[in-house]
Formats: sequence, structure tokens, C-alpha cells
Amino acid sequence: MVAVSVISWIYADIEITTQDPWNEVMRMVTGMVTPDFLETDNLIAAIVNTIAFAILGVAFSNILGFFLALAFHIRLVRAGCAFIRAIHELFWALIFLQVFGLSALTGILALAIPYSGIFAKVYAEILEEADTTSLKTISQSTSRISVFVFVRLPDAWVHFKTYSLYRLECGLRSSAILGFVGLPTLGFHLETAFAEGKYSEAFAILIIFFLIIATIRKWGRAKLVPFYIVVSLLVIPWGLSDISITNVVRFFTEDIVPHPLHVSGTIDMKAFGSFIDWITTLFLNQALPGIFATIILTQIALIGAGALTLIFFPLISPKFFGFFGRTVGHIFLVITRSTPEYILALIFLLIWGPSMLPAVIALALHNGAIIGHLMGRHTESMILRPDAPKGINLYAYDILPKIYRQFLAFLFYRWEVIMRETAILGILGITTLGFYIDSAFADLRYDRAMLLIIITAILNLSIDVMSRTIRARLRLRTRVTLL
Amino acid sequence: MKKTLFSLEKTTIQYNGHAILSDISLSIEEGSKIALVGQSGAGKSTLLTQLYEASNRDVALVPQELGLVRNLSVFHNIYMGRLNRHGAFYNILNLIKPTQKELTNVRPVAEKLGLVDKLFAPVQELSGGQQQRTAVGRAIFKGSPVFFGDEPVSAVDEHQSHTVLSTIMKSHKTVILSMHDVKLALHYSDRVIGLKNGVKVLDESTRGMKTSDLDDLYQE
Repeated sequence: MVAVSVISWIYADIEITTQDPWNEVMRMVTGMVTPDFLETDNLIAAIVNTIAFAILGVAFSNILGFFLALAFHIRLVRAGCAFIRAIHELFWALIFLQVFGLSALTGILALAIPYSGIFAKVYAEILEEADTTSLKTISQSTSRISVFVFVRLPDAWVHFKTYSLYRLECGLRSSAILGFVGLPTLGFHLETAFAEGKYSEAFAILIIFFLIIATIRKWGRAKLVPFYIVVSLLVIPWGLSDISITNVVRFFTEDIVPHPLHVSGTIDMKAFGSFIDWITTLFLNQALPGIFATIILTQIALIGAGALTLIFFPLISPKFFGFFGRTVGHIFLVITRSTPEYILALIFLLIWGPSMLPAVIALALHNGAIIGHLMGRHTESMILRPDAPKGINLYAYDILPKIYRQFLAFLFYRWEVIMRETAILGILGITTLGFYIDSAFADLRYDRAMLLIIITAILNLSIDVMSRTIRARLRLRTRVTLL
Repeated sequence: MKKTLFSLEKTTIQYNGHAILSDISLSIEEGSKIALVGQSGAGKSTLLTQLYEASNRDVALVPQELGLVRNLSVFHNIYMGRLNRHGAFYNILNLIKPTQKELTNVRPVAEKLGLVDKLFAPVQELSGGQQQRTAVGRAIFKGSPVFFGDEPVSAVDEHQSHTVLSTIMKSHKTVILSMHDVKLALHYSDRVIGLKNGVKVLDESTRGMKTSDLDDLYQE
């Protein structure tokens, strides 16, 4: 694994291309300490939209995912769920933007579709693991629904609630990011502010975003959910009048049909020949370089995330630091893991210029902080022998060996997530698959975009399968609800 | 002659080549109150499971691990004894909000077992003894004529053991209990089956039997 990463470095383009990175950093730090909350127009609307999209997206996918989880024993359902979650929210948004324009429907569907696939998988696993010892005390003539509702559901319910809250946090991040493709959420204003170098404004938006995420446990109460859903439905900008049915029909019947087939109208030998040409050209010129860059970036970021995890987790562990040190560690990790990797990458991109470096650092930091947090919490409950060594010896001889398998399990779990994100970072100009997909959309070549999205999905699915095989071989088991 | 409910014929159960039950034959007649006694590991639980499998399985059962749904209240766990008597819709309704009718049905059972003040507490918040009584409550509520219990009062204090056991005896025609408390076993049963290392070494009426008569079972 590490060797693959080292080889990847050789092919990676990690130059710093900006003239004066320090100047940019200084301007950012100035912005950070002088946040300006009044500069942004429509900021309140952006905050409300960000939360409303997240709530509706997570609510719909929660219900849909639950029913899909009940049918998860069907192979087709499993495969379908794997496929829809292999395509990133932003790619779904790019697709629906062409169909429904800048309407609320685009935002909700972009979140709800991939999240349904995720909910289905996680809920199916929770139901599978539910405590069923009461089963044999119940009469066998009891209806299946009654058994499900009384035996499996109560045990699973608690986990459903915890997981939904976690998904809502992810939903808020995704919802904010949707602004980067034009939807009216915080990301929209964030991108504008960063692009114009208005760092005081940008960091004010980021601070608001952190506050929303940090207070989620205070306002994310189960009892308030119906209220939130109703309010969200009322406040989001539906803009349905802009949706034209002809547009929708044309997108599915003409725009995404491969160009040569669309032009000829029939499938004869000539059309087939030019279709093969079309695919070959697309594959050689875009898909292959895209796949190559995506894999290289993913591997470096994965190893980077692993290395950072090993540095990060002691920061919040009571086995290594006192109260004060841990508090600082917690604040650092909360900020790095709450900031979407997309935004981290954007910040580093402004500092270092377009290359793989910003993406690598952003992905490694974000994922290292997530796994580091989980590992650090894991060490809290560990009981040490009374004469245990301290400091670096404790770390190397006691704690690390004990948590190493868990660490590997989490790392392999994040592999697929990192790849999904790597592809997406292409939208920022790094030449991963997302770059070619974004360009295809910009050139209105929807047929190309669709094919490249499908290729990206297949790449994700193969990483998923590979990661599962490796985890099974290493006998690494972990609950999916944690990640 | 009394009707035989179920029986075992020369049953041997092995696990990893080690016999847990060897060559056990017995039959259970309707109306008998049976105590299974013996050291822990003698095969009582395995024998009870075998008898349960030999039955039509519609007996009231209190397994050793209790089989409670930990997040649900005492009311719901007791109510589960009769899940099969109602349609799914009625059951879901009672899960969300217990109906008056079912409350009146369940309350007497909880009263007898001293659980009324905990009726709406999730069982995971209860003590071991209270959880055990909830499991007994569910079994009694089932209303089956046959009751199987694997150490159903092991965590209940002595005074309450008497209440629980007499309630079980009164509510069921046929009862089979595995017990570690020999005194209680002889007091409430009319037939005692003794196991030692998986072998049936005793199967007699309890009439006139003293606790010291069972000492052999507990000697190496």
C-alpha cells in the first residue's frame, strides 16, 4: 500500500505554481481574524437554504433508504444502492441542473439519491445486527410485521436515530457544497468571496457554517423533525415554473444519447462504427488520464490520511494529554473534520496554485482528522496497566499496537470516500475525472458527461469491492454507523 | 392414566465430541410440576431446550438469557406474549401508544409480579431481578397451559421468589423449571429430575423427599 503511494508520488504533479504563496497566506490570516458578517448579500437566505436542503434531502433519503433496507436481500436492490451512492452529490447536482435548472428539486434530489443508497446499506446492516434473543419466546404464528416491529425495530431504532443525526451533519456539508455549482446555499457565497479575494467575508461564512454544525446536537432533536420538514418545504425556493417538461424529455431522450447514435437516428453499421470511434477517443483522451490521476491522487491522500491519523489521535487522548492540551486538540480536529475537503482544497489551491498538492493535503487533513477523532475516542476507554510506560514509549509499545487493526479498518473504510472526493475535486481544476466531467457539462456535451460519470461510478464500486475484500481478509470488522 | 405431552427417547447431545446429555429418556405428563436440578453445567439448560424442541413450541418460555427487548417498556415486553393474537395494525398501535384495553389486560400480571410502578420503564433500566420478573410476566401473559423456565427466579430475592413461583404454578397446568435452589425446587414441584454430568440420575416424586436426599447430585 505504502509502496503504491510512493510510486504515485513520482507521477503526481505537485508543483507550487503561485508567485508568492506567503502573501496569500498573510491575506487569509488577516481575513480569518477580521471576519465580516455584513458584507454578504442574502446571507440569511443562504443559511436557511443550506439547512433546509440538508433536512429535506436527509428526510427523504431516510424514508426511501429504510424501505430499500427492507429489500436489501434482493441482489438487484443491493447493486442499485451501491451504484447510486458511488456517484457523488455534486455529480448528481450537475445532472439535475440540466434537467430541472436551479430549482429546489435539483438540490433535494442531488442529496436524496446518493444518501438513499447509503441509508439503505447502513440500515440493512443495523437491522441485521439487531438483538433477536426474544425471537424464540414469541409464538410462531405471529405475523411477520408484528415480529419485525416488536423485535428488530426497537433495537435498531436507537441506532437509526444516532445515524440520522450524523447523516444530517454530512447533509449540511454537502448542502453547503452544492452552492459551488450554483445552488443558493452557503457554498455559492463562499466561492464568490474566495474568488474575489474577500477573505474577511469568506471566513465569516465559514464561521457561520461551523456554528451550524457545532450546535447540531442542540437543535437536531427528533421531536422537532416534523416541524423542520414543514418549515423547510415552505422556505426553499422551488422555482418550479422554470422547469420545462420538454427540457426534461429532451435531456433523457436526446442529450445523453451518445452523439454519433443520436445523429444517425438508427443503429446501423456506419453509426456503430462512428460510435466506437467516439467511445475510443473519449476513453483515450479523457477517461484514461482522468482515471490515472484519480487513482494516483487517491492513493497518496489515503497514505497521507493514515500518517496524519497517527499524529492526530494522541491530541485528544487522555492517555497522552491533559485537559488543556486535549481541548486544543479537539478544537483543531473539529474544525478540520467539519470543513468539507472541497473547501479545504479550495483554500490550499488559492495558496499554492492548481496542482495535485492542495487536493492531497486537503484530503489527508480532513480524513486524518475524522479517523484521528474516532481513534482518540477509542483510546479513552482503554485501561492501562498501573506500571505502563509514558509518552512516546506508551504510544509505540502499548496504544498503537492495540488500536492498529481498528485503525486499518477505518482507513480502508475511508478509501472509497476519498476516491469519491478525489473525483469531485476535479471541478476545482485538478485533472481528475471530475475535471473532464465538469468540462463536458460546460461544453453542453451531456453524452460525454454521462459516460464519464458512469466510469467514475464503476471505479468507485471497484474500490469498494477491493476494500471489502481486504478488510475481510485481514478480518477487520467495524460498524458502518461510525463513518 | 394421564396424557403424555412430550417425551425424549434415548437422547444424546454432543458438543465438540463431549457429551452434554447422554442417553436420556423421559416423558412429561399433563398436569405435572417438574423441577430440573443439578450442578451448573450438568445439562439442565440443554435438556430444557431439547424438551422445548420436542414440544409444539407454543409453550410459555423464560430462557436463561430472558429474551427481552431492552429498549421497550415492561408493558410492551409483557404484551409481546400475545403478539400472535392480534393483527399487525393493532400491535403497531399498541407499540406507539398502549390502548386502555391492553393496559387493563397487562396490569394484573404486572401487579402479581410487583412491577406495576415500573410498567412504562424501559427494561434496560431495571435491575436483574426486575428484568427476570418481566420475562416471567411475558410468559404468563401468553396464557399457554405449559410453562418452561430456565432458572426463572435466580436473580429474584427470596421473598419474591415465592410470589413469582406460586403465580407460575397457579397460572399453568404443566410446569418445567430448572432450579439451582433445591429447597424451592422441592417446595413447588411434585416431580424432580436430577442431572449429573449429562446423565439422568434421579427421576422421582417429591413426596416425602428432603433436601439432603439431593446432596449426591452436588458431590464430585
